[in-house]
Amino acid sequence: MSSLSTGPSIKALGKTRIGRIWLILVVATLFTWHFGSDTGDRSLATAVVIAVAFIKIRLVGNYFMEIREAPAALRCIFEGYCLFVCAMILGLYFLS
Amino acid sequence: MLARMNRPSPGSGRIELHLPGEVGIWVFVLGDMAIFALFFAAYMVDRSVAVELYNASQQALNRTFGVINTLLLLTSSLFVVSGVSALRAGRARVAQRLLLGAMLCGLGFAVAKVVEYGEKLGQDITPYTNGFYMYYFMLTGIHFLHLTIGMGVLVLMFRAARQRQVTDEGLAFVECGATYWHMVDLLWIVLFPLLYFVR
Repeated sequence: MSSLSTGPSIKALGKTRIGRIWLILVVATLFTWHFGSDTGDRSLATAVVIAVAFIKIRLVGNYFMEIREAPAALRCIFEGYCLFVCAMILGLYFLS
Repeated sequence: MLARMNRPSPGSGRIELHLPGEVGIWVFVLGDMAIFALFFAAYMVDRSVAVELYNASQQALNRTFGVINTLLLLTSSLFVVSGVSALRAGRARVAQRLLLGAMLCGLGFAVAKVVEYGEKLGQDITPYTNGFYMYYFMLTGIHFLHLTIGMGVLVLMFRAARQRQVTDEGLAFVECGATYWHMVDLLWIVLFPLLYFVR
């Protein structure tokens, strides 16, 4: 696999794991735009776009911020944050 | 120190424990994320007592701006993570070009945000219009402040990458700056659906 550490170039980005993560994030954003704008079941749309947002956050944290390679304490805090804040937002939404 | 140990390429697939940057930046970033979590909670609680008002007000937002800004920040983060990787590999010129790309994306975000604010103010929509717009301007405004600081940090990272010899301290500074910039991206990833799509 082409690696940025051995031969970084702008052209090579798409061939790297980081490039693929970026592509997933872009697709997830476009999906949020499409699915979130749907006028159908608003509760379902909200639950899905919030869940997708926290999946995106985990990708940014683990791969861009390199948290997946960090000591266990930071990994636990980050994963706990994602879980707690996602549950909090969805909980407050469905309780309203 | 842990941060000075192994430096695998981000996303290279090889997992060796290391902490990018310094411990201090992580304390700051996690603290900032916790404060934003309180903002998200306050928004959801206030929304729960005026759901119809918040839903109707949200309809006036232009989602295209939100999508463009998300894509710009994601791309800027890609440039930054690739720039850090290039710098670790000793390819300073590539790192400089990538950091310039990140700055351009950040500038694009700022321009889009100013245009979006102008559009709202042109429709006589201000933070005083109602509770939803108070949160809209406050949350995006605080995030915009973070982005502006981040632009300054990117300039300093670019200068560090231009040093004739990038030292361990210089690299640690760039890693700290990158961590901050990714946090700006991360916070926007929540603000985007929260303000534009939660109905």
